[in-house]
Amino acid sequence: MPELLALTGNDAVAYAMKQINPDVVAAYPITPQTSLMQKFADYVADGEVDTELVLVESEHSAMSATLGSQAAGARSMTATSACGLALMWEILGITSAYRLPVVMPVVNRALSGPINIQGDHSDTMGARDCGWIQIFSENAQEAYENTLQAIRIAEHPDVLTPIMVTLDGFIISHGLETVKVYDDAPVKKFLRDYQARYTLLDPSKPLTLGALDFSDYYFEHKVSQLQGMLKSPQVILDVGKEFYKTFDGDCCYGFYEAHEMKDAEMAVIVLGSTAGATRMVVDDLRSRGVAAGMIKIRSYRPFPYDEIARELANVKAVAVLDRSIAYGADGGPVHGDVRAALYGKHPVPVMSNYIYGLGGKPIDMEHIMGVFDDLKESIVKGHPKRRVGYINLKEGNTPSLVG
Amino acid sequence: MNTEKHMLEIRWHGRGGQGAVTASKMLAESAMTLGKFIQAFPEYGSERQGAPVKSFTRISDQKIRYHSQVNTPDVVLVLDPTLLGVVDVTEGLGEDGILIINTPAQPAEIRKQLNLKGRKIFTVDATGISLRHLGKSIPNTPMVGAIVGITKMLSAQAVADDFRVKFKDKFRPEIVEGNVKCIMDATTEVKSE
Repeated sequence: MPELLALTGNDAVAYAMKQINPDVVAAYPITPQTSLMQKFADYVADGEVDTELVLVESEHSAMSATLGSQAAGARSMTATSACGLALMWEILGITSAYRLPVVMPVVNRALSGPINIQGDHSDTMGARDCGWIQIFSENAQEAYENTLQAIRIAEHPDVLTPIMVTLDGFIISHGLETVKVYDDAPVKKFLRDYQARYTLLDPSKPLTLGALDFSDYYFEHKVSQLQGMLKSPQVILDVGKEFYKTFDGDCCYGFYEAHEMKDAEMAVIVLGSTAGATRMVVDDLRSRGVAAGMIKIRSYRPFPYDEIARELANVKAVAVLDRSIAYGADGGPVHGDVRAALYGKHPVPVMSNYIYGLGGKPIDMEHIMGVFDDLKESIVKGHPKRRVGYINLKEGNTPSLVG
Repeated sequence: MNTEKHMLEIRWHGRGGQGAVTASKMLAESAMTLGKFIQAFPEYGSERQGAPVKSFTRISDQKIRYHSQVNTPDVVLVLDPTLLGVVDVTEGLGEDGILIINTPAQPAEIRKQLNLKGRKIFTVDATGISLRHLGKSIPNTPMVGAIVGITKMLSAQAVADDFRVKFKDKFRPEIVEGNVKCIMDATTEVKSE
């Protein structure tokens, strides 16, 4: 029988890792590390998993050790956050290039400068183009379920691509909430035993990793790496469907969740924990006869371009919420993706972007209601009230050249 | 905008080291054991001994669907009376809101000190209760007892039993029973206006 537990997001992901029982986990307690790995270390110490826990000297080494053991054929994991992910950056690209199905939970937190350890999406957005699949979680329940599903997606022979499963720092990672955990036996069955397709430790099938690869074949190899990402959408859907059927859960199992989008005139697109408050605002507006809707993106990489364009086909105004800034770009990264999705479509909705929540800046339902108010106004005027806005920013801090 | 009225939102004020964060989680966990849906989360700042800290608990009969801050609490608990006048403990607390303060003083004295209109004020000598049963000042479990006693949303006995289960492997038996007495005594010793 599934069991309801009071868990933090960190606890929930550690619980998923306990059920995954990886062969190897490598970790380093950089600041800011999270209680996720601490909890998992408890499981190791208590003998609840068979995992070889390798304590290394930096996050760069944590990713390197994970890569090495995965290449040797062992199901390997690590977890990180913020600056820890930044320090891993070099090895992220190598892991995806070697097509190693590593699953890494990432607690989304601000990058330093100034020092801040609270929640935003700057860390994983910075690692967006490293060739990893990125799956965002709204709450601790989704963080738990996404971590389990990520194993199956990453290890699928058509995919063989590493996955980051993200959860919002502090709001989800350190908040206690009700989580439904599933029994070990069906979870173990769902996960299946891991049989690496290629392993460094099989002398009958020798292979080379880390070879020098100049202009003769480097480009070809990088393009071939795309295959896994291009084939992943179907696998993400299939695994989601199987998880839903097996466990009868009530999370988001597709690329995104569309809420009240059917006849929506205006919509907000959001990632992570802010989806909850956005949904509540949409329900409130609907109860007053306002045709509002929202989309929560679960699979950020691969990004569901065609599907999002279809959802927005009849929407008059859309606002994209970004919890990071893409400096020098047009607002935030998600905004750029949604604009790209709409290129060449007719008619296009009036579009605006709102940056919010950097370094843990609170976002409340009132703020999201304000975004819908702006959308309402922009429908009447036919152009966005703001192309890029900043939610809950202290007055006088808006950049002068951005309207 | 709190559109989920079936939910109780609680804010805890304390100083680092007094157990406000632990109390917010402890109450949530007990509520969950007793069939409620819960959230508990601290407001993280610079974590230092003695610095003012805030923590929050949400308890609901239905699934809690969002993760915004608690801006309009139904109940505010103050674990350290020296925070009065330093931190605005009544911020966002509605006219019918409940304020529970750890102090040997009477509620009327606190009302005068804060120059407060409306709201319901309760006081409980949580420090005194913890000194009596634990030999040191750990006011958090008596404060859990106080809110349970006042709001009656959970049975005090059930919360105490849950504490025994949760902490039997963590603390020595006399510490566990001391805390149970803290919870139970506070439910009856809390003073109303």
